[in-house]
Amino acid sequence: MSGNMNLTLKVWRQKSQNAQGAFETYEAKNISPDMSFLEMMDVVNEDLIKAGKEPIAFDHDCREGICGMCSMYINGRAHGPLKGVTTCQLHMRSFSSGETITIEPWRATAFPVLRDLVVDRTAFERIQQAGGYVSVNTGSVPDANAIPISKENADEAFLSAACIGCGACVAACKNSSAMLFVSAKVSQYALLPQGNVERKERVLNMVSQMDQEGFGNCTNTEACEAECPKEIKVTNIARMNREFLRAKLFS
Amino acid sequence: MNSAFKFLDTSIGRKVLMALTGLFLCTFLIVHVSGNMQLFKNDYGLAFNQYSVFMTTFTPIKVVSYLLYLTIILHAISGFRLTMQNRAARKIGYGAAKDPRSSSWASKNMGILGTIILLFLVTHMANFWFKYKFGDVPYVQYMLDVNSGEVLGAPVGLTDSGHMKPHELMASDANGQPVKLVIVRDLYNVVKMAFQETWLVVLYLLGMIALAYHLVHGFQSSFQSLGIRHPSYASLIQGIGVWVFGILIPLLFAAMPVYFYFMKS
Repeated sequence: MSGNMNLTLKVWRQKSQNAQGAFETYEAKNISPDMSFLEMMDVVNEDLIKAGKEPIAFDHDCREGICGMCSMYINGRAHGPLKGVTTCQLHMRSFSSGETITIEPWRATAFPVLRDLVVDRTAFERIQQAGGYVSVNTGSVPDANAIPISKENADEAFLSAACIGCGACVAACKNSSAMLFVSAKVSQYALLPQGNVERKERVLNMVSQMDQEGFGNCTNTEACEAECPKEIKVTNIARMNREFLRAKLFS
Repeated sequence: MNSAFKFLDTSIGRKVLMALTGLFLCTFLIVHVSGNMQLFKNDYGLAFNQYSVFMTTFTPIKVVSYLLYLTIILHAISGFRLTMQNRAARKIGYGAAKDPRSSSWASKNMGILGTIILLFLVTHMANFWFKYKFGDVPYVQYMLDVNSGEVLGAPVGLTDSGHMKPHELMASDANGQPVKLVIVRDLYNVVKMAFQETWLVVLYLLGMIALAYHLVHGFQSSFQSLGIRHPSYASLIQGIGVWVFGILIPLLFAAMPVYFYFMKS
């Protein structure tokens, strides 16, 4: 087909967590610009399998930008060149034929590489388990108007809750800091009355778990906000700092 | 006390410490630049020399100055620890160069900028603070008009018996007219002579460029670390950070060595 692209891929290959990894170069031929980035990877993998080689391992699940599984660091940017888009929603028309694309796994001590482009992100789950929930016994379903919430707070909480926990913030941060993720989770509950009950314990426990996992500190470079596929704002980090100071100093 | 240390050992606590010490150092810069503006006064350095006496003898200022030294050390050590932890958080880096659009250059280089400023501070303290405190800065005598307080010509050097103190007295000049004499150590001349050296002027200018970049990011960043951020005043904080701390203050400081370099008495 005319208009199809030929690309050179530089992909990080690593057999296992403790194995030595290295970049390998592959040719991706006759790629349709309408393919998603992951479909392009599928084509490359099919060629590798046909050639009797090991396919490139990468994380993916819903392929519609809501699950947070895909996690590629493409040409120096988490989830590639577009703003507000996950790797699975990135299309090949964002690249030009003949281009060399560098594909790497998220890099953070807290996110060890398991194989090729797959990293272990269970650190995020442990942070979430430390306080990212509401454990109030609510009984039967209450009336929708039983707990009044201002439109402003509801909107803010919703925007924070849009975080899919993909880890792009950690990948984009020069310090591998998880502040944007944790602050989105803290904010989502801090803004709602249901979250108020465990407000103090939540922020203390989640920050403590974040520190234990070995993520870096926040330098406020705001690269996380620029690269976040869900466009989570760094104002969440300011809110988490406030929540943390409040919990430490005034209780 | 124990819980205070625990707080400072959390990621947010460490950043709060950086923010508070950094903002305190920012307030010091305002005092320092305003006081040193007296270097530009056309009075043979009298005002600056008298100001130097005040700053080194007035007890509350002395207390604050020790707090200041402590703050600089705390800010530097804490910054060093943060940088080490941040490096450990990514032991294996990326192969591809990071896209520069996602964050500002200054924000990514605070550790390097801070190190340059620290090296500058050591040189700066050795040049003036150490010399004034422990070195040999000779006494001079200014002659002033009794009524207007105007300085009547350049000061004359005095031989110090080792017991001299800054003081003022009334006398009469060669024509028998009453004049006021002011006797102080001439730090102004030390400043003037130091900035005849080209390399030192260049070093000071480099120090001020580093300071400018450090503060453009640092000032507004400290408010974010303290959780003080709201759309209604975020641009005000940003503006003060850029225009006052990033441009005005470093520019005024930089003007001082340049002024003496080109003055060539």
